[in-house]
Amino acid sequence: MDEPVIQALSSQTCDLIAVRDQRDRAAFGRLFDHFAPRLKAMMVKGGLRDGSAEDAVQDVMLAVWHKAAQFDPHRADAAGWIYGIARNRRIDLARRRPLAQPEDLPEIESDAPDPAQILALQQEASHLVAALCRLAPEQAEALRAAYFDDIPHSRISEMTGLPLGTIKSRIRLGLERLRHELRKIAP
Amino acid sequence: MTQITHHIPDDILDAWRAGALSHPYAVVVAAHLSLCDECRAAVETADMIGGALLDGLEGQALDAGARQRMMDALDTPAPPPVRGSGVFPAPVVAALGGQPPQWRMLGGGIRQQILSADREGALRLLYIPPGRAVPEHGHRGLELTLVLQGSFSDSEGAFLRGDVETAHDSIDHQPVAGPGAPCICLAATDAPLRFHALLPRLLQPIFRI
Ligand SMILES: [Zn+2]
Ligand SMILES: [Zn+2]
Repeated sequence: MDEPVIQALSSQTCDLIAVRDQRDRAAFGRLFDHFAPRLKAMMVKGGLRDGSAEDAVQDVMLAVWHKAAQFDPHRADAAGWIYGIARNRRIDLARRRPLAQPEDLPEIESDAPDPAQILALQQEASHLVAALCRLAPEQAEALRAAYFDDIPHSRISEMTGLPLGTIKSRIRLGLERLRHELRKIAP
Repeated sequence: MTQITHHIPDDILDAWRAGALSHPYAVVVAAHLSLCDECRAAVETADMIGGALLDGLEGQALDAGARQRMMDALDTPAPPPVRGSGVFPAPVVAALGGQPPQWRMLGGGIRQQILSADREGALRLLYIPPGRAVPEHGHRGLELTLVLQGSFSDSEGAFLRGDVETAHDSIDHQPVAGPGAPCICLAATDAPLRFHALLPRLLQPIFRI
C-alpha cells in the first residue's frame, strides 16, 4: 500500500490488515491489548458480570481473528468494525434467540486498494471522534447510554427522571449533529 | 442487478442494530442488508460512531491469564459461514434450516411456507404466480415484505428483488405479482392479517395467514 495511506491509517487498522493478510499473531496481540479492556468496559456497562464480560471479550476477539478476511478498510476502520462484532455478541447474550445477521461479505482481495477512498474514510473516522468531543455533555451521555448500556429508551427515562420525549430528542440531536459532520466531509 | 428503491426505514434499522426487533422482522432486515449496500453502509456508519465511543472508553483490566488464553484459542477452527442459496440470502437459508422450501398450497396457485409463528409474530415465504393477486387485506400491526424473486405491485408502488414494503395498520393493499418469474417474497407480521373477503377470513385459522 502507498506510504501516505499507511500514515493515515490508525495503528489498529494497520494491525487488523496484518492479521487479515499475514495472519500476524503479534499484530493480533496488539489489537487485543488495545481493544480487550475497552470491550470489557462495554460489556460491563451492558450489564454483564465480570466473568461473563471477560468470556464475551474472548468471543468477540476470536471472531475478529476468524472474520478478519472480511475486513475492508474502504468500508470501516478497525474500531467501527470490531464494535459491530461486539454489538452483535452483546445482543445475542441478551436475547432468547440470536439476532438474524446479514450474509458475510465476500473475502477481500488485498491487491487492489483504492488509496483515495481509504484516506477519505479514515479522515471521516477522525472527524467523527472530533465531533463526539464537541457534543454537549448531556448529548454525549444520552448517546453513550443508547450505544453501550443497551437500555430501552423507556428505562433511561425512569432512571434519569427525564420525560421520554426529552431523551429521544437528545439522542436524535446528537446523531443528527454527527450525521451533519459526516455529510460535510463525505456528501 | 436491479436498483433497490424501497429500503428499511431508519427507525427499524436502528431497532435491528439495537437488537430490539422480534425474530420475524430481524430476519427480513438481515435479508435486506444482505442484498442492499446502501442500508449496509448505514449500519457501518452507525458502527463507526459506536467504534469512536468504544475507543474513548476507559478500559477495565482483564484477568491475568486472559491474553494467553486468547492466543491459545486462535488455533480453534472457525465456524463454517452460512451461505446464500439461489434467490435466498444467508439469513433466509438459516431460517429455512438449510433445507429448500416446502411449499403448501393456499389456493389460486399461491403457496407459502411458514418459517416461524409464535408470540413474536410470524415469518413466511410466499410464492405468487405471475399476474396473481394476494387477497386484499389490512394489517393490525406492521408488515415487512421483501421481494426475493420476480416482482409485485400495489397501491404503494412496484417492488422488485431486494425491495421492502413497509405496511402499517393504516394500509389496505392488494399486491399483484408482476409478469415473468413467479414472485417469491419473505413477509414478517406481528399479528394475523385482516382479510376483507369472507373466504380468506374463514381459511385464516387453517392456513395461519
Ligand atoms: Zn436498503
Ligand atoms: Zn400486507
